[in-house]
Amino acid sequence: MPLDPIPDARKAVVVKEPKLTNWEPYRKPMPKGEHPHYPQNGLKVVGTRKPLVDSPLKVTGEAVYTDDLKFPNMLYAKLLRSRMPHAKIKRIDSSEAEALPGVVAVLTGEGMEGKRFGVLPLTKDEEPLAIDRVRFIGDQVAIVAAEDEWTAIEAVRRIKVEYEPLTDHQDPQKGLKPVKDKIHEGIGIDGSNVQKHVDQIFGDVDAAFAGAAAFSRRSFRFKGVTHAFTEPHAVIAHYSPQGRLTVWSATQVPYYVHRSLAEVTGLPMHRIQVVRPKVGGGFGGKSDPFAHEMAVALLAMKTRRPVKLLFDREESFLSGRHRHPTETEMALGVNADGSLAGLEIQAVIDGGAFASFGIISTYYNGVLSMGPYKVPHFRYRGRRVYTNKVPSGAMRGHGAVNSRCALEILLDETAEQLGMDPIDLRLKNLMEPYSLTVNNFRITSNGLKECLERVRERSGWDQKFRKMPYGRGIGIGCGFYISGSNLPIHWDIEPKRYPQSTVHLKVDMDAGITVHTGAAEIGQGSDTVAAMVVSEVLGVSMDRLRVYSGNSDTAPIDLGSYSSRVTFMMGNAARKAAEDLRDQLQAAAHRLLGGQKENLVFENETIFDLANPTRCVTFNDAVKEAIAGSGALVAKGTFISTPMGGEFKGATAGLAPAYSMSAYVAEVDVDVETGIWRCTKVWAAHDCGKALNPLSVEGQIEGSIHMGLGQVQTEQLDFLKSRLRNPSFLDYKIPTSMEMPEVEVIIVESNDAEGPFGAKEAGEGPLLPILPAVCNAIYDAIGVRLYDLPLTPDKVLNGIERSPKQKPTLTVKVKAPPMAPRMPGGGAE
Amino acid sequence: MAKRILTLNVNGTPREVAAEPQALLLDVLRDTLNLTGTKRGCDLGTCGCCTVLVDGVPQLSCLTLASTVAGKDVRTIESVGNSEALHPVQRAFAECGGSQCGFCTPGFIMTTCALLDESPRPTDAEIREALSGNLCRCTGYVKIFEAVKTAAAELNGEKAAPVATARSGGGAE
Repeated sequence: MPLDPIPDARKAVVVKEPKLTNWEPYRKPMPKGEHPHYPQNGLKVVGTRKPLVDSPLKVTGEAVYTDDLKFPNMLYAKLLRSRMPHAKIKRIDSSEAEALPGVVAVLTGEGMEGKRFGVLPLTKDEEPLAIDRVRFIGDQVAIVAAEDEWTAIEAVRRIKVEYEPLTDHQDPQKGLKPVKDKIHEGIGIDGSNVQKHVDQIFGDVDAAFAGAAAFSRRSFRFKGVTHAFTEPHAVIAHYSPQGRLTVWSATQVPYYVHRSLAEVTGLPMHRIQVVRPKVGGGFGGKSDPFAHEMAVALLAMKTRRPVKLLFDREESFLSGRHRHPTETEMALGVNADGSLAGLEIQAVIDGGAFASFGIISTYYNGVLSMGPYKVPHFRYRGRRVYTNKVPSGAMRGHGAVNSRCALEILLDETAEQLGMDPIDLRLKNLMEPYSLTVNNFRITSNGLKECLERVRERSGWDQKFRKMPYGRGIGIGCGFYISGSNLPIHWDIEPKRYPQSTVHLKVDMDAGITVHTGAAEIGQGSDTVAAMVVSEVLGVSMDRLRVYSGNSDTAPIDLGSYSSRVTFMMGNAARKAAEDLRDQLQAAAHRLLGGQKENLVFENETIFDLANPTRCVTFNDAVKEAIAGSGALVAKGTFISTPMGGEFKGATAGLAPAYSMSAYVAEVDVDVETGIWRCTKVWAAHDCGKALNPLSVEGQIEGSIHMGLGQVQTEQLDFLKSRLRNPSFLDYKIPTSMEMPEVEVIIVESNDAEGPFGAKEAGEGPLLPILPAVCNAIYDAIGVRLYDLPLTPDKVLNGIERSPKQKPTLTVKVKAPPMAPRMPGGGAE
Repeated sequence: MAKRILTLNVNGTPREVAAEPQALLLDVLRDTLNLTGTKRGCDLGTCGCCTVLVDGVPQLSCLTLASTVAGKDVRTIESVGNSEALHPVQRAFAECGGSQCGFCTPGFIMTTCALLDESPRPTDAEIREALSGNLCRCTGYVKIFEAVKTAAAELNGEKAAPVATARSGGGAE
């Protein structure tokens, strides 16, 4: 798949010497069992298994999602979507629709120049309704508001649109060159459909490859996959007689919706309120501000009545922001001693109709392969290309999943060439904890060694690898993922001055504590993390806490639930807010108790002197003392990540205050007569720093395995030319209870110095290892390598028919250095 | 077509509704009777979020004409328990982590209630098969299987019912 030269080829960015300022203060491994965030009297809540605080609502059906809301005098909206992949809109005639009794308003894109928006400030290429051209089958052309849903549907049918077809761009490879009818004028490389191009070179990859003892270069194809959350997108908007716009939406990032609404409607942000009801799953697919949210807001402003729009399942498939279909060419060289020599990645990423998070996606396909192994020489060339297909964007493991799968397969291949066990090869290349990568990622806590050793032991790897009967196999794969993006991408001005997360607390005479955060609870358990952290610091029962995270009027700004940032950033902000409140209450308790203020600790609803526990006051009495003369107590905590990173174009992409690590072993059983295979067992070790709530961490790991297994086994967005032809759960097959393997979760806690109580992410990184672990297990089972995902039975069977029909063998020539004894229970090196 | 009056027996109470002959049970439950615990996930019978019990049997309300269940016993999640007195199945889903985003949860709970009614000690294979029509994208089903087994144990008296409900765990909006 050699990349065509870019017409306007720009010089690749070459960086030889890592430069990093302000690094030394952070080189401080934490001893196991200690952390500056722990209360003096030890942890009581953090680390225990807590059911989600909103689970009683969810198991009773009382949790309120957007579509469960109804308002007086509410209208129902429906969208007219394009049936053309790429066309100019010549004329729209909505007169018949408007004449239909019950129709209240029809909106088209006419006059919407100036209302373009998009999640990234640099690529605002979306329109509430198509202004003069449509760019994919499903693009929004018009919207109708009617007294009931059926009238709206009928009205949409009566709108006539006259199109003039333009070139239908289906193949991203063809979009690398100058094209006729470029999809977005003014964005990306002139003349072509390239939306974003990234070239990075660190060191001398060609020299590294020349000296390598083992080498593999392969072309991989990854089909697009989708989030498949169970709740379809839904939105309600109302413009009140007081001149305020309120929008209820199933969104992961209320703040981005808020900003975009301000841009599109022209209202100042303070006259807009965004409410996030319960969200039925996101996984990245509800993190863009969407055109339908903008269109419904405009419709509400026009009609001055509440307007509801609910997507059907097909619309969620069309409008989602799916994982990019990707063609990846990757080459890996390994030295004779098993150390990695160099890595080269080229990726052509099918962006679909819009930019979405595309700038970041393009970087991530390269730079997130800079861990968890030491890569001394690296070259990356990434192209994200617009096509006239459903838009691609962020999905769990954003940008990292496909490249990770390719890299872990190449590690397996080079290990075999060298005659080395693939786990030994990975152990040989571990990054040191508290070290820098060649592109200046700041690696802090790193529990990968323990992850690898524990899955090796628990899975019986040494007894099984290359030793099971033909048709059965075992494979290894690792993961590496950001714990939040260090650069808050959506602060346009002086980004480093504003916190990425802020948490407010309030306590009044009832001694109940309200926690206010804008971190979006989308089922991952962020409200529970906030409650646990505050409960830990203040030594009170979780029953005292109410978390309010769904309303922009009361929530301090938070960048929302994406990039696995919430536990790290909001968790730290919540901790600091609670510490602020604790200090106020400590001072009040000290007024009542005397003695040494610093000795007063909070536990079990009481504040007492650590030296003399009988000297104590109840939490309620301390609150009353603190409130006397001053009123309700309020407290605030913020998180701003520390400055880091090199000084070159794109240096901020992939920078994170910490990285999660993981290692999985998967076992598969292949029916060699049919090519049908099953993943039977997964041993999943994930280093999340510290599991604040092990129940949730396990749930994230198990759910990630489900989603990743879908991508490697059955899931694919299936296109006929530009048309998505499987937009339903009948034809887009996510794993059911019958396909889910047995999972043994192994939580590794490397105790991150900066994470709240030592914690890092567990939401996305755990998806990465399952794809390559399965691919490598299938090779172990049948001796067939497949580079085209998903591994459907037809591909497997084809591979078997072309193969010698026997297991691969491994002659061990390179031995790993003897393993150091493992510290029981993990911890920092 | 013109609406007709239909009497549905929902959660033990006869309810009169005016519905068109082609009205779906899901629409009547959610839009007419305001029983929004039953969720709309796909409208195609593919996700299981709209599962209700009709005469004790799990049925997809998005594929069921409301008129066909007149005179039958229709049960929705609202009849299973409430946050004061959770049903053992509900409690197990909450405490075992069988519910994350919660959108599929009512459907899973209805299917589980029917399963445990028919087969009080289901094997792992029976649990997987019974739940195979309900999709969950959050949990990977692992904690749902655990919840079903935990609920079965409690219903069979093999596990003492906890004194406190899951409610004592703090709150969110």
